[in-house]
Amino acid sequence: MRLRVEPRLVPSRLVRFGAPVTGLLAGLLLSAGMLELFGISSPRALAAIVQSGFAGGLYAISDTLTVATPLILCGLACALAFKARLWNVGAEGQLFLGAWAATGVAIALLPEGTPGWLAIPAMAAAGFAAGAAWGAVPGALKARFGTSEILTSLMLVYVAAHWNNYFIYSAWSDRGFQMTRLFPRAFWLPRVADLASIWPGAAGLTLHVGFFLALLLAAAFWFVMFRTRFGFELKVSGISEKTAHYAGMPVKRNIVLVLVLSGGLAGLAGACEVAGVVHRLQENFLPGYGFTAILVAWLARLNPAAIVLVSFLLSGLLVGAREVQPSGIAMMLQGIVLTCVVAADFFSSNRIRRVP
Amino acid sequence: MVRILLFGLAALLAASSLVGCSKQDSTSQADGDDFQVAFVYVGPVGDGGWTYAHNEGRLYLEKNAGVKTTMVENIAEGAEAEQAIRNLARKENDVIFTTSFGFMDPTEAVAQEFPNVKFIHVTGFKKNSTNFANLMGAMESMRYLAGMIAGARATEDDSRIIGAVEPFPIAEVIRLLNAFALGVRVTCPDCQIHIRWINSWFDPVREKEAAQSLLEAGADVIVTGCDSPGPVVAAAQAGKWGIGYDSMNACASVPERCLTATYWNWGPVYADMVRQIREGTWKPADYYFEADSGIVALLGFEEGQTPAAGVPASVVPKIKDLHARMKKGEFTRFDVFRGPLRDNRGKEILSADAKLTQEDLEGLSKLPDRPDCTVCMGWLVEGIVGTIPAR
Repeated sequence: MRLRVEPRLVPSRLVRFGAPVTGLLAGLLLSAGMLELFGISSPRALAAIVQSGFAGGLYAISDTLTVATPLILCGLACALAFKARLWNVGAEGQLFLGAWAATGVAIALLPEGTPGWLAIPAMAAAGFAAGAAWGAVPGALKARFGTSEILTSLMLVYVAAHWNNYFIYSAWSDRGFQMTRLFPRAFWLPRVADLASIWPGAAGLTLHVGFFLALLLAAAFWFVMFRTRFGFELKVSGISEKTAHYAGMPVKRNIVLVLVLSGGLAGLAGACEVAGVVHRLQENFLPGYGFTAILVAWLARLNPAAIVLVSFLLSGLLVGAREVQPSGIAMMLQGIVLTCVVAADFFSSNRIRRVP
Repeated sequence: MVRILLFGLAALLAASSLVGCSKQDSTSQADGDDFQVAFVYVGPVGDGGWTYAHNEGRLYLEKNAGVKTTMVENIAEGAEAEQAIRNLARKENDVIFTTSFGFMDPTEAVAQEFPNVKFIHVTGFKKNSTNFANLMGAMESMRYLAGMIAGARATEDDSRIIGAVEPFPIAEVIRLLNAFALGVRVTCPDCQIHIRWINSWFDPVREKEAAQSLLEAGADVIVTGCDSPGPVVAAAQAGKWGIGYDSMNACASVPERCLTATYWNWGPVYADMVRQIREGTWKPADYYFEADSGIVALLGFEEGQTPAAGVPASVVPKIKDLHARMKKGEFTRFDVFRGPLRDNRGKEILSADAKLTQEDLEGLSKLPDRPDCTVCMGWLVEGIVGTIPAR
């Protein structure tokens, strides 16, 4: 008896949804085993993760959605590029640059007294533009010279990190400290906690309106991808660049445009983080959302609604896992769960068949 | 409009928390009268440096102050920090230590929300009048002693060059570098201290490269202000000498080629803070502890330790004597930075016998209830070869 792996021609609905769920369950089971090996009670640890990430009342959901916001935006950024088979793996760098530009607008460009309704859109626009510019570089290099966007977008992450450090430590340093000064209060994205004066229960709920923006853009993503010519062209280029070219589609222009939009979305995530969460630019404020987003996009099969869902679940896992210390164990749990889900994904598009 | 949006968000939160079977945090420790202290770390305990030293302090606290402690490690300084700190406050912790500069704003925000919890931030410059303080120790005193050892070693080896691997040109780092250089010039007046800024707190590869570049420039001793033991190891491999930082393990990989390490000993100060809080005598302040508190230490010269073999015997009594005076509080950071001082461009910084203020040492200005610095830490003392990157 031999076994053979073959692709499923038309994956059934059951398999498509069943596989990731099975993977998730397998991951949790394996994690539980590992926890027991470390002498940690697995039911208690998993309950603590669920409690703190999802089920612990308003706080838990607020924390999780706050983390989900940049993940959704960067997930969309990655998915947009991946749809066209452009491997933008530099969302992290575009995120940095978006944070940088929004900060620049807030502390270097606009006068202190600018009203929030003017300043916040300006910061968002600057964040988008800077991320877009950072995405345009790999785009242009790819379109003009055929340079691998995987390498260029990745390397630009490190350039962006140093670029930001220069401003944090030097040009925009607050009295020589490793951070810029705080943004004026009016420039902060409104958050639920702002309602505390009317509704005391809101105190400490840090979810900000950037989350709405993320949902809105997820809807816009869907519309562009499935209801516009541009979206259609992208998908065709993704399947076969030659076909797209033959059909008279502006392939090179689209390469640049896709990476510009992709970078812009990631840049917007950066603007939301500084305007909604940190309220100034400082070192080490991002735990790698731009890289995690690559995973989000894939797990969601590049589908915008699924990106929102996957971001939510993953954020809950990230937030809840802080309950398990030392953090190495939490990171291992995340790794096990994600590996199992990704592995299960394989079986939704392939099957193993016995060959007589 | 904004308010409608926010209420929308709030409604969404409420709905989703209902779905997620809203049990208000019943799991948080309910064991009433236990005094609980929590720590938030920026790095992993296993970094062997800054966070490791804080965790040693936590363990000391647990052992000696009879309190329960918990820690959360590897917390990024953005959204995560505020969430992690608030979470600990909600779990009925009585004191929360947050041990990275970037935790300053989130600590302040959460402190305002939880007036019954005490917050101590290591290290920054903010505080409030009820429950939020910042805390730091005078590592510069130990760096001064380490400089004296380095100068003596270079003299003995007939070298005049000492190398320093430095992270970022901020006041704290510049202060420690200057203190070290002043120490070097005590035992080796014509020694020069070459510096390499690596623009990272922890980057083993670049730290090592910087050390190698200094060794190629002829350095006899390498001191590091970064977190990895890389520079010390690089010096050892080149047959030269290293001086480590942060934790007392900094020399562990090459003890025979490591002269000393200046390290943090947070335990006693943490225990003292907790004791004061429990007795109700604690007040929020800008806590800055001198060597007499035991917060800073010099490897080889603390109780029960012996100087490393590489420390020239001629200088040992001198170091021991000054170290003892520091521990008694007779020689402080203000004596380290006593005039006359010149910067490395020949400009007078401080006239004879003049002293710096605490604000000068920390480069503080525009803070409520504190005077501005006038000789703000932003210069390199005579003997240092290098510049502070322009602002």
